[in-house]
Amino acid sequence: MIELTDVHKSFGENEVLKGITASVQKGEVVCIVGPSGSGKSTILRCINGLESYDRGEISVEGLKVDRDAPSIVKIRTQVSMVFQRFNLFPHRTVLENVIEGPLYVKKEPRAHALERGRALLVQVGLAEKADAHPPQLSGGQQQRVAIARALAMQPKAILFDEPTSALDPELVGDVLGVMRKLADDGMTMVVVTHEMGFARDVADRVLFIDGGVIVEQGPAKALLNQPQHPRTQDFLRRVLHPL
Amino acid sequence: MKGFWHDAAEFFPILMSGVVLTIVVTIGSLLLSTVLGLVWAMMRVSGIRVLSMLSASLINVIRGIPIIVLLFYLYFVMPDLGVTLSALQAAILGLGIAYSAYQAENFRAGIEAIDKGQIEAAQSIGMGWWLTMRRVVLPQAVRIVLPPYGNVMIMMLKDSSQASTITVAELALQGKLIASSTFKNTNVFTLVALMYLTMSIPLILLVRHFEKRAGKK
Repeated sequence: MIELTDVHKSFGENEVLKGITASVQKGEVVCIVGPSGSGKSTILRCINGLESYDRGEISVEGLKVDRDAPSIVKIRTQVSMVFQRFNLFPHRTVLENVIEGPLYVKKEPRAHALERGRALLVQVGLAEKADAHPPQLSGGQQQRVAIARALAMQPKAILFDEPTSALDPELVGDVLGVMRKLADDGMTMVVVTHEMGFARDVADRVLFIDGGVIVEQGPAKALLNQPQHPRTQDFLRRVLHPL
Repeated sequence: MKGFWHDAAEFFPILMSGVVLTIVVTIGSLLLSTVLGLVWAMMRVSGIRVLSMLSASLINVIRGIPIIVLLFYLYFVMPDLGVTLSALQAAILGLGIAYSAYQAENFRAGIEAIDKGQIEAAQSIGMGWWLTMRRVVLPQAVRIVLPPYGNVMIMMLKDSSQASTITVAELALQGKLIASSTFKNTNVFTLVALMYLTMSIPLILLVRHFEKRAGKK
């Protein structure tokens, strides 16, 4: 449902994506791993038009991603995003954060949006925090609210941009737990992450990206357990055995 | 001192009629400058080059002209161009335009202080530019903008006295008229000063309240 064909992207002189070709099938969980600065996040940001790309083509369910075209709104309501730094709206309560999109973008009736918003908070284990404001929550709780906000749009896919990188280690598990449940329920997910355990257990496929190109890709377990390319081997060694 | 209270009692009703006009001019130009300032600020952050450059140059032109000259222009020059304004209209328009430049810069600073992640989050749930502004950016910017906005209110209250130069009989002009006819300069202008101060104090307290609230989060 998500297709990238020879996507190039530069920031000034710096070419961060040097021809990315990949696809994500419906119901698939794809993890993107690689060293920082390799262009992982940029790929996600291009898919829902937060960044433009210079060459190649990205399409979501056959619809070309062009951040300057009106169709971008349709794409964004179908492909939600969860950010590294949560980006919840601090001036609204947890529940208001979740129903903001359904109410103002999709124009759902308020009662309907509220009901589903509460159900989503139950799903991420935060029903009792509905009336709290985001700054009162821990990072892990905030990220789970952000996932509920993404789900509230009833998206066909969710993009996760390093969703646990800003969390204290003991809070990572809760967020990964919610994501694992989503994967089990058949949600299409593209996850940029450094959590190799999550990638191995939950992902169907892993893409290893370095220097703006896909160095290696394949089924999660195979790629993470027996990487073929020396750069993948080197990266995984350093991530899994930092000392 | 006894003479002062006697004069105060005598001149107070006349000066109060000036206070009314002072308040009308202040509120009128405050509203106008807020609306215009918002428009300039929105143009500035619209991301559309033509609009943002137009707004930037407009702000610089307005900032570069003294308020008093702006008032003279509206009141004395516009009739030559076929537009006749009453003194009060010219005063509100002039002060409103003059202050819109400062309001715009204040609003723009508040809008630009909002974390880019907030805008991206709004976009990622499909919000367009205007919805992002209305639901995400502006409500958060208000908190940042309010303390300087309060200071602008105080400055406008005092600068409304410049309307006296185009015959608006507000507080300062009423004081000047009484003083020149009674020669009681000390008592009259002390009273005028005290009346301005009395009007400023609630605003000063309001600014302090805004600042405390903004500092909390």
